[in-house]
Amino acid sequence: MSAPILWIALPFIAGVLILFLLGEKYSAYIGGAIAVVLAMIALFIPIDTALLLGGLSIKIAPAIEFFGRSFELSTADGPLLAVIYGLTALWFFGTEASGTAHRFVSLGLMIIALLTASIAVEPFLYAALLLEMAAMLVVPLLVPLYQRPGRGVVRFIIYQTLAMPFILFSGWMLAGVEASPGDISTTLQSGVMVTMGFAFLFAVFPLYNWIPQLMEETMPYATGFLLWALPTFTTIFALGFLDRYTWLHNTPQIANAILFAGVIMTATSGIFGALQRHLGRILGYAAIAETGLLLVALGLRSSEIVNIIFLTLIPRGLVLGVWALALSIIKRKAYLLKFSDAQGLARKYPFAAGAIVIAHLSVAGFPLLAGFPSRLALWQELSIQSLTASFWVFLGLLGLLVAAVRTMAAFVMAGEDTKWEMNESWVQMGMLGIGVLGIFLMGLFPQILQPFLSSLPVLFEHLAQ
Amino acid sequence: MATEIISWISVALILFTATTILVSRDWRISLGALAIQYLAAFWLVTQHLPFAMGSVKLITGWMVIAIIGMTRLSLTNFEQNDQDAFYPRGASFRIILMSIAAFVALGATPRIETSIPGLGLPVIAGGLLLIGAGVAHLGVTSDLMRVVLGLLTVLSGFEIIYAAVESAILVTGLLAAVNLGLGVLGSYLLMAGSVPFSSPEEDELL
Repeated sequence: MSAPILWIALPFIAGVLILFLLGEKYSAYIGGAIAVVLAMIALFIPIDTALLLGGLSIKIAPAIEFFGRSFELSTADGPLLAVIYGLTALWFFGTEASGTAHRFVSLGLMIIALLTASIAVEPFLYAALLLEMAAMLVVPLLVPLYQRPGRGVVRFIIYQTLAMPFILFSGWMLAGVEASPGDISTTLQSGVMVTMGFAFLFAVFPLYNWIPQLMEETMPYATGFLLWALPTFTTIFALGFLDRYTWLHNTPQIANAILFAGVIMTATSGIFGALQRHLGRILGYAAIAETGLLLVALGLRSSEIVNIIFLTLIPRGLVLGVWALALSIIKRKAYLLKFSDAQGLARKYPFAAGAIVIAHLSVAGFPLLAGFPSRLALWQELSIQSLTASFWVFLGLLGLLVAAVRTMAAFVMAGEDTKWEMNESWVQMGMLGIGVLGIFLMGLFPQILQPFLSSLPVLFEHLAQ
Repeated sequence: MATEIISWISVALILFTATTILVSRDWRISLGALAIQYLAAFWLVTQHLPFAMGSVKLITGWMVIAIIGMTRLSLTNFEQNDQDAFYPRGASFRIILMSIAAFVALGATPRIETSIPGLGLPVIAGGLLLIGAGVAHLGVTSDLMRVVLGLLTVLSGFEIIYAAVESAILVTGLLAAVNLGLGVLGSYLLMAGSVPFSSPEEDELL
């Protein structure tokens, strides 16, 4: 058995089989179980190392040839795969509680398989094609057949599709730059190409307008999954890019461009988020702010980049999952998700309302919650580099905090005679409870992530130096 | 020499079909023009790729057209939404837009040929024309089918130029998959909203 077959082909095939053979009832459990098993294998069985179990020798081969190119997952990829499939399992188990459209698990497995392939493919630039294919598979999740697609979905497809040519071209041009480093014009052109490609992929300001629109038009849980999965793998792809072409990161102009793109994203989305009256749009802006923070981390001139990024990425999956799940539960009562519809819901859906507020505060970097350690580490590095940038990032996070307070105010705005009820099901309460507990645990004891964080920088050894 | 002439004829064909897609309001004419456009693109692609790999792009393109065409044909009471939301929106505006894209493409072609020698002027001109036309198209419409046509046009322009610098089979295969995916996605989104909602309980009863 080779690693790409195990973590790419197998989940993809499982996704197809679940789509055609299984009903909605069991898909969440089976898909979740598959993801858990894959995460466990990644965690406990090292790739490319022979293991003797009794009389049986097991070895997971690292690479596979496919149409003249290879897909390769090394030993160092193990913790990353464990994190990816572990978080995927959480999302899949949540589908049962969220009551989202069927096909989530099957399409989700296929999407994660394609995104994992984007990490494994060599040359790594081909990842742009796989990211595009994954983005296309997301669309049936977002738009059920009985619903007319809105503008957000259309913009999402356009931007993701336009990113691919830029990235592929830039890769080819960067190879030329490496051959003749003194050629300023080629360097400039390739720099512009890379920037444009990643601007579309990361949905940099002002290209993020589709995210709040999408949150308004579609089911929050499906969009939440999209907002977790695509930026996560895009960040890993970008890390690979910067690690491969180290000069890109060492060029002050490019590093500053990445940093300030992130600062602008965080600041604008925080400010816009504070002005919203729609719970879904607020989640959208919070996700944009988090992506902005990832870009800020990518632009830092520090050897701690990889640590900070993964310290941000791992809790992000959990926090967005909890937030999106709670929103899906609230949406059943307040379909439009506007403040006016959600007034007083804290007394009818206390678990969901509480989970939304806690997840929101975590994204805003509130102390003792999962988002706090990464924000603290980021502040520490950013303040050394630029106080102005730190101020604007602070302003963005303050905007998110204001949005959290406004959301809380809307939830508790109930009449005095309104009785307390618990309208969530046991499954929903259980999933939200586990999620919120996880958010507190990651905030109070961030060292539980240390086993992953200590081994992940090996993947990007030039950046970690 | 003959090859060069055919290549320039392909570029002219691309200019004509791209303008037709941009201007025409009839989806049948647009899809027909796209089919011819793929033929012209196929010729330019085969200047750098083997015939078999070039034909993959042609067949994929035609398959995409068939998928979209059949879907559109099955939608009897389809509304052309948002089509008229843009100002200015007349045919003359679109022709001017296409002319600008064509002038930019033709102006940039010799410069690109100088910096990347060996691509060939018709290949660069054809590729840039399609990219420009596709972007222009995306800029003036929010109609789903036209958006998909715009994206396919951009991709086909990109593929013409990229074929000259990258000839890996995996890339050709993945690009074909992306094109097919866009076609399927386009037809899915065209269908979306036309199917009535049914709950799982109703499905079980049926």
